[in-house]
Amino acid sequence: MTIDLLLFLTLALVAVATALGMVTSKNTVYSALFLVLNFATVAVFYILLGAPFIAMSQITVYAGAIMVLFLFVIMLLGTERLNSANILPWQRPLAIILAVILTVEAGYLLIFKSNPTAMVNAPDASINTIGSLQSLGMALFTDYLLPFEATSILLLVAMVGAIILSKQDKNEKGGAK
Amino acid sequence: MVKVDYYIILSAILFITGALGVLVRRNPLIIFMSVELMLNAANLAFVAFANMHNNLDGQIFVFFVMTVAAAEVAVGLALIVQIFKAKHSINVDDINSLKG
Amino acid sequence: MHLTEVVNNGFLFLAPWLVFAPLVGLLINSIFGHKFSERGVGAVASLASGAAFVVSILLAYSVSINHGEVLRWKLAEWMHIGNLSLDWTFRVDSLSATMMLVVSGVGTLIHIYAIGYMHEDVRFKHEENRFRRFFIFLNLFIASMMILVSGDSYMMLFVGWEGVGLCSFLLIGFWFEMDTLARPSWANSDAAKKAFITNRVGDFGFLIAGFLMFWHLGSFQFDAVFENATHAEPWVIVLITLFMLIGVAGKSAQIPLYIWLPDAMAGPTPVSALIHAATMVTAGVYLVTRSAPLYSLVPQAQYIVAMTGAATALFAATIAVGQYDIKKVLAYSTISQLGFMVAAVGMGAYVAGMFHLITHAFFKALLFLSAGSVILGLERGHHHAEHARHAEEPKGKHKKAEHHDEHHEVFDPGDMRNMGGLRKTMPVTFWLYMIGTLALAGIFPFAGFWSKDEILLDASLHFTSIYWQLTIAAFFTAFYMGRQIWMVFFGEARHEAAAHAEESPKVMTLPLVALAVLSVAGGALNLPFEGYHNLGHWLGYTLGEVEGLPLNLQVAGISTALALSAIFISWLIYGRKPLKIGQPDPLKKPLGFIFTGMENKWFVDEGYFALIISPFKKLSQFLADVIDWKFWHDFVHDTIIFGTYNWVSSIALNDYADQKGIDAFANGLGTWTQNFSTAMRKIQNGFVRSYALSVLFGVVFILGYLLLK
Repeated sequence: MTIDLLLFLTLALVAVATALGMVTSKNTVYSALFLVLNFATVAVFYILLGAPFIAMSQITVYAGAIMVLFLFVIMLLGTERLNSANILPWQRPLAIILAVILTVEAGYLLIFKSNPTAMVNAPDASINTIGSLQSLGMALFTDYLLPFEATSILLLVAMVGAIILSKQDKNEKGGAK
Repeated sequence: MVKVDYYIILSAILFITGALGVLVRRNPLIIFMSVELMLNAANLAFVAFANMHNNLDGQIFVFFVMTVAAAEVAVGLALIVQIFKAKHSINVDDINSLKG
Repeated sequence: MHLTEVVNNGFLFLAPWLVFAPLVGLLINSIFGHKFSERGVGAVASLASGAAFVVSILLAYSVSINHGEVLRWKLAEWMHIGNLSLDWTFRVDSLSATMMLVVSGVGTLIHIYAIGYMHEDVRFKHEENRFRRFFIFLNLFIASMMILVSGDSYMMLFVGWEGVGLCSFLLIGFWFEMDTLARPSWANSDAAKKAFITNRVGDFGFLIAGFLMFWHLGSFQFDAVFENATHAEPWVIVLITLFMLIGVAGKSAQIPLYIWLPDAMAGPTPVSALIHAATMVTAGVYLVTRSAPLYSLVPQAQYIVAMTGAATALFAATIAVGQYDIKKVLAYSTISQLGFMVAAVGMGAYVAGMFHLITHAFFKALLFLSAGSVILGLERGHHHAEHARHAEEPKGKHKKAEHHDEHHEVFDPGDMRNMGGLRKTMPVTFWLYMIGTLALAGIFPFAGFWSKDEILLDASLHFTSIYWQLTIAAFFTAFYMGRQIWMVFFGEARHEAAAHAEESPKVMTLPLVALAVLSVAGGALNLPFEGYHNLGHWLGYTLGEVEGLPLNLQVAGISTALALSAIFISWLIYGRKPLKIGQPDPLKKPLGFIFTGMENKWFVDEGYFALIISPFKKLSQFLADVIDWKFWHDFVHDTIIFGTYNWVSSIALNDYADQKGIDAFANGLGTWTQNFSTAMRKIQNGFVRSYALSVLFGVVFILGYLLLK
């Protein structure tokens, strides 16, 4: 039992626990907070896997921006709890059965068909040096330049879409008066 | 030493948990969060494989997935707000007008 | 373009601009032309044609610095199918360069002339908006002709061949809704159709020759065809050359397909000069010259070509004697001169044929354009006379209009019987016409003398019968030209329009002066003296060196004496006692039915009508009435198919079968579909979560399948 295995197991335990907590929690705010914690642990995994830039993006974009947006909406709508009859009674058992089957399948795949010798490279291995960020930027702006630019257009479209959707209709406003 | 397999197993567990959340919960916000969890699980697998193959492409893919997820959340939350304004409810089971 | 390439190949890279320059001109005129003035349109078209001329000069220069080596410029791939590979390749050698120079040079002069001519023509015919269209067609013609002469394969030549045929059709029918006297009628469009259809007969021959070439010689490229032809069986070459002769007869107006050319005079005069005298009709001569290696393999075919040419030369010359229309005389003269050329190339005297082609382009263009000037001069005179009369009798408007119409009915500005005495009113045109006439008649030292003499000399050495036919044709040529000169320019005016005729503007006469200079000096291209066979030497690069023949005083003497005596005889008949108003032709009485034959073109058109057109019409009528209508429509369709169907349906498809069988089946199908879809639509229940469940189910299922496979 080495120290990094211990670290991994601890963090994995936290990650699974927070994920389950997010899914099962009755209060939406708790769910959101559980998810923030889950994202944080995953960010630590990224660092362990030698991807510091992704880890930082995970914290700033996911745990920071996106989850704050979630919390805003939750509080804006004031729907922390939902109380209404479950009109799809067979949905839950069916979903659980399917999830169990998927787990079994995944386990079978990972145990019997995986490569048993692959080890995680230490964070100081060749690509994990500080040059990694440099080479990531290099790859983004050379080989992946077209997808990168396409992403910028996607973000612009999403922004315009969000503004259009949340813009108040003028007629509606007049009617309210 | 930590095997790459462990990360993949963790990724699978997180993914299935997220899928379960999507299917079981009726609050669209939680469904959304579960989707984010699934994306995150996939990202973890990407980074783990990138590490295993000593290759940057996986990380770059994660970068793109994050960008797309951000766009998706922005539009999705705007939609939820609009639906709440129209229906005064955000229970996904109440939103079933589009049926055969 | 690298400097070394210019040094080695000259201006070869300009070759595609032979075609592109006129195309650019026509595009500019068709897109922006409506904003230009008439002079602007004419200038654009003339510059486009002039650019092609400049390119031709540079290409000829390139050939000369390469000592006659064949230069090729591949523009694009055309078709590569199996072993056949055909490209858009421009071939620049001394032969094609010569043709390019003639086409673009004469073409440019005619473009300039046409600015003046069409300016008045469109006004006399009250269709001023058609001015631009004319120049667009002219440029299209130059472009097609350039494709024809610069192609490196029979296929590319054929593309140009069809292109010029199309332009010819469009320009003959330029005034398609009237006849030559501007009366509403379909005569001009009929003339255009006649030209097109007759050419189609010729093109069919060319196509067959092409197919034979493809099957037996395996290529269309000139050099490859000539190379393979040396190993082919002789009968194949005979067939190819004879079918090609049909094409030549169509395009170059030889017996038996010459009938379209006189009618083609329905087009505006610049068209007659450019297309139907100087360039397009010589395409056949060019084709035979280009195919010289094929023809030289089969002397029998050569003999047939030469005989066709000689017979046409004589036959058309006799018809020209009996014509009254100034342009018709020239048209038959063109056919006759084309006969000279075809006879020459048929005898293997390619240089002589090409020489005559060039000089003929000069002096026949000159004659036609001068004739156009005469016709317009008469139109102007006619309008002046009209105005003068209207001023004299200022009566009711209605009567005036009536008078006007009636007058239009009878006045023909192209009829030589309406002319006379024009040398006083149109002196410049008169002198130009004289030069053209002397050149055509073959009087020393005009261009026609040298070129015609070379043909006669060749004929006298090899084929006596052809020599005599051509010599007699030359006699007739001088005679009908003399007759024309006396009738048009001498004597007294036989119509008030001729009395009031006016000289043409400079834009028309200046190109004519240039052509006149060429008609005088053109003979210098190939003088029959040692060291002066310039054209022979130049074409020798392509056709193989031939020894230039020295001047034969006997042949030259006979032809000159005949020509002079013919002119003298024509003076005796037409010049000494000029024709009076309404007097019949003085030849009519002494020659009797022979002159009637000449006057009526030996009834060839009527013969064609009786032999081909009316049986064809009857056959079509029979096919339409009896076979199509009575047999197919009435019997097969109405009786057999319709009747049988009715009978079958009355038995097999009665009400019972319809309702219990067909309806039940169709309704059952509908009901089943309805029930099935009612069941199926329950799946789409509107709950997004159950859709997600289905997706997960799919994932689980497919993953399971992949694992267990």
